Amino acid sequence: MRYWYYPGCSLKSNGRPYEESLLAVFRELDVPVRELDDWNCCGATTYMSIDEGQAFTLASRNLALAERASRQEPEGTPQLIAPCSACFLVLTKTQRYIELHEDLARQVHAGLRAIGLEYRGEVQVRHPLDVLVNDIGLPRIAQTVKRRLSGLKVACYYGCQVVRPFPTFDSAHNPTTMDRLVEALGAKPVQWPLKTRCCGGTLIGTIRDVGLRLNQILLQDAARRGADVMITVCPLCQFNLECYQREMERTFHEPIRLPVLYLTQLMGKALGISDYKLGMRRLFVSPMPVFARLEGGQAVHA
Amino acid sequence: MPNQARGEDAPRAPRPMLVRREVRRHIAYESELDPSFGEHIARKAYGEKLFSCIQCGTCSATCPVSHYMDFTPRKIIAMVREGFRDEVLNCFTIWLCASCYACTVDCPREIKITDVMYALKQEAIAQGVYPRGFAIPVLAREFFRGVQRHGRSNEVALMIRLFLKTNPLGMLQNASIAWRLWRTGRLSLRPESTRHRDTVRTLLRAAKQADEGSAP
Repeated sequence: MRYWYYPGCSLKSNGRPYEESLLAVFRELDVPVRELDDWNCCGATTYMSIDEGQAFTLASRNLALAERASRQEPEGTPQLIAPCSACFLVLTKTQRYIELHEDLARQVHAGLRAIGLEYRGEVQVRHPLDVLVNDIGLPRIAQTVKRRLSGLKVACYYGCQVVRPFPTFDSAHNPTTMDRLVEALGAKPVQWPLKTRCCGGTLIGTIRDVGLRLNQILLQDAARRGADVMITVCPLCQFNLECYQREMERTFHEPIRLPVLYLTQLMGKALGISDYKLGMRRLFVSPMPVFARLEGGQAVHA
Repeated sequence: MPNQARGEDAPRAPRPMLVRREVRRHIAYESELDPSFGEHIARKAYGEKLFSCIQCGTCSATCPVSHYMDFTPRKIIAMVREGFRDEVLNCFTIWLCASCYACTVDCPREIKITDVMYALKQEAIAQGVYPRGFAIPVLAREFFRGVQRHGRSNEVALMIRLFLKTNPLGMLQNASIAWRLWRTGRLSLRPESTRHRDTVRTLLRAAKQADEGSAP
């Protein structure tokens, strides 16, 4: 079975380490993934604030493209992987709302017809976490691990839109897929009730103080619970939590220094993939000192 | 005063870009309310259950930013269905909502509160009732334009436009982050777009026409 990969805009710029590590991990696990040709922006949360009908139409083009692409190789339901939380939510929401609301469906179909596409509702939108845990399976991942991350304490941050409002593969209140995955790598997930608390999304760019504070609370609490690193599956969460740490220190006069990685970067590390291929050099707060400590104090080169 | 903002040529009230704002008490009488507002928003938000709210306050309790809001989500729902149109469209609450859907999954009456917030943002943007230069609606509009033009969003162009239009000094504030993003290869200057630029425009225009055609 082939998966179609929908990167979304973030994974091509700020979220590049996510794309690099995700594709590297899937390659290591022998999962065939191909980028969806000529995809467009999903509309994210911002588009919904202008016009919902247009937002759903915009997103639906990607679903229609995935259907058309998989019609050439008929192998069950087309699977579309959306690694960015916003993309994952918007694509899922689009499917559900088209099914529920006739007016909306009519609008969407009219738009697609104008560009020679159609959407039949065959695609399954999947999150990488879902694919890793439910399709590939934890036992197989545990078998592939080359370097167990024993002793590493990890705060697993799910953020909002992966499990809310559509908990398709995990609990909306206490998701555990990432925690179980981390255990399969030999590391230890910390008990962390804030794991689905919102990071504020774009607030950090618009109402800066509120955005900084929301992220500072998350980082501080994770550190207090003994986390060595935090991992996440959303490019916007990762950007907010990692790139603004210096600004948070300056604003709130409290030191914060916690590496924030993508789940797939941590996985890649355990699977023995090189730091270069995992995009580790692209991080602002290097996790290398933490990994070095794991390996008995020996220096590890980035 | 509340009726003023309804007119086409109503002045845009200048408002300081503060998060905490003094809530001015004003008693609104029934004659000043818009009785159809609740239903209008409910329809727009696919939120047909809006009127079954029991005012329990779960949404306000679960919201991570409610303490920055001038009206909590529970109050917003009550005000929307009573027709406090101007108060609701002029408040900060709708812009603070980051769409985390915590309220939506916890609401015991299954009201899609996040969708209600989206509907209110759409309404406020369409009516132009937000402070000039206020960053969030500007971000939304610029994002919308960029995607229409290229089919994909370009983070660099978007950020530059946002700061130019709202807070040019903000560019300096963010210069060090931009520099570090550049050095780590996370700032892409290559403009991303779909193969044919007009694909998305054609798609959206056709959808819009279909929508307008079906409207009563």
